[in-house]
Amino acid sequence: MLLPQPLQNLVLAFERLPGIGPKSASRLAFFLLRAPEDVSRQLADALIALKQNTAFCPECFNIMQAGRERCEICESRARDERVICVVEEPLDVLALERVGAYKGKYHVLHGVLSPIEGIGPDDLKIKPLLERVARGGVTEVILATNPSMEGDATALYLRQQLLPFGVQVTRLARGLPVGGDLEYADQNTLLRALSGRQEMT
Amino acid sequence: MNQPRSFRTEAVVIRHADWGEADRILTLFTREQGKLRVLAKGARKVLSRKAGHLEPFTRVTLQLARGRDLPIVTQVETLDAYLPLRDDLLKVGYAAYVLELIDRLTYDEEGNTFSLFRLLTETLERIASEADGWLAVRYYEMRLLDFLGFRPKLFECANCGRPVEPRDQYFSPGVGGVICPQCGMGLPGLWNVDVETLKYLRHFQRSSYAEAVRARPNAEARKKIEALMQAYFTYLLERELNTPGFLKRVRT
Repeated sequence: MLLPQPLQNLVLAFERLPGIGPKSASRLAFFLLRAPEDVSRQLADALIALKQNTAFCPECFNIMQAGRERCEICESRARDERVICVVEEPLDVLALERVGAYKGKYHVLHGVLSPIEGIGPDDLKIKPLLERVARGGVTEVILATNPSMEGDATALYLRQQLLPFGVQVTRLARGLPVGGDLEYADQNTLLRALSGRQEMT
Repeated sequence: MNQPRSFRTEAVVIRHADWGEADRILTLFTREQGKLRVLAKGARKVLSRKAGHLEPFTRVTLQLARGRDLPIVTQVETLDAYLPLRDDLLKVGYAAYVLELIDRLTYDEEGNTFSLFRLLTETLERIASEADGWLAVRYYEMRLLDFLGFRPKLFECANCGRPVEPRDQYFSPGVGGVICPQCGMGLPGLWNVDVETLKYLRHFQRSSYAEAVRARPNAEARKKIEALMQAYFTYLLERELNTPGFLKRVRT
């Protein structure tokens, strides 16, 4: 390659991002080269701040601003301490928060169990969850892992582990999505939609 | 390149990996072509018509279109979701083990895999329907070795060819069979295999499934049989398997 070193470095850095190949990488690099300087400066500042100013909440393992003791949700007094909603990823917290109907606390596992990929319980934040429950004060744990084979396996494992604490363990309901089509639904979904049907009031 | 643009096949979903914005790459074990990687577009969208049918451990019938690179799933319908399997963590582990073995031991698009496919679906069915899937998994291991050409010699000494006598023996993963105490004395790389373990292994190897399930090994014997088979597979693959570790964690 005949590109000058600084440009080449940037192209290589972009290439390491997911979904970006060599062509997109050089296009982005050249865009920044031509753009006014504050565009690249802002990007650079944001990138540096990303790692420096974020941390995991020691309680729920959601992402929070660095320097805080616990995340906003964990510290909020308006939130119900007795209910913990267990999710796979920080983005799942965001999705649930957008709905605005949930008023309890969260716990982020940062992954799911996957027997074939060799991801076991020790690779996830399961132990801290059990410690949280062991401290007492929790009445219900909502398992909100994805309705997939891995998510179900994780939920099954968590239920097994939570059983001795005597807390109520619930799983998010599963059924037909809004705008969905009965004809194309799989057995698993239909069966659960049928068994979880509700009386119309 | 005289292949039809689109084709139909029956398959078991082995594993999936996210791809791009909303797609998934699936590893299938198909009836006709063996292991096959395909692309399921949009399978991660909530309203996907395919997603529910393409979970791991599902037997499906699919319509595939040849893409530039990977075949693309155009239609899919579940034939058997092995539902009882999904509500039991141990069974999930067993099924994952069964699929990991076939994934690691076969190559892409080998072809001529009818009987292997049947073994696979029968095994999943057994794990799902039986109270304890342990025997189904052991029987599957033995048959899988047969199909792949790694059938261990359990009736004659793999070295001198003399019939194996009913006493403790050695097992050689390299030779792929039992080595009698006379031949094996002092040789490196041999494992011990006691009479009882050998008895069960031989039983699994020569019996039909209906006969094999009549075996009732106790917990101690089970552990030994499992350990030997896993060590043999690890030797053949030259790599540790992922699922046994998971099973160990789940069982406690």
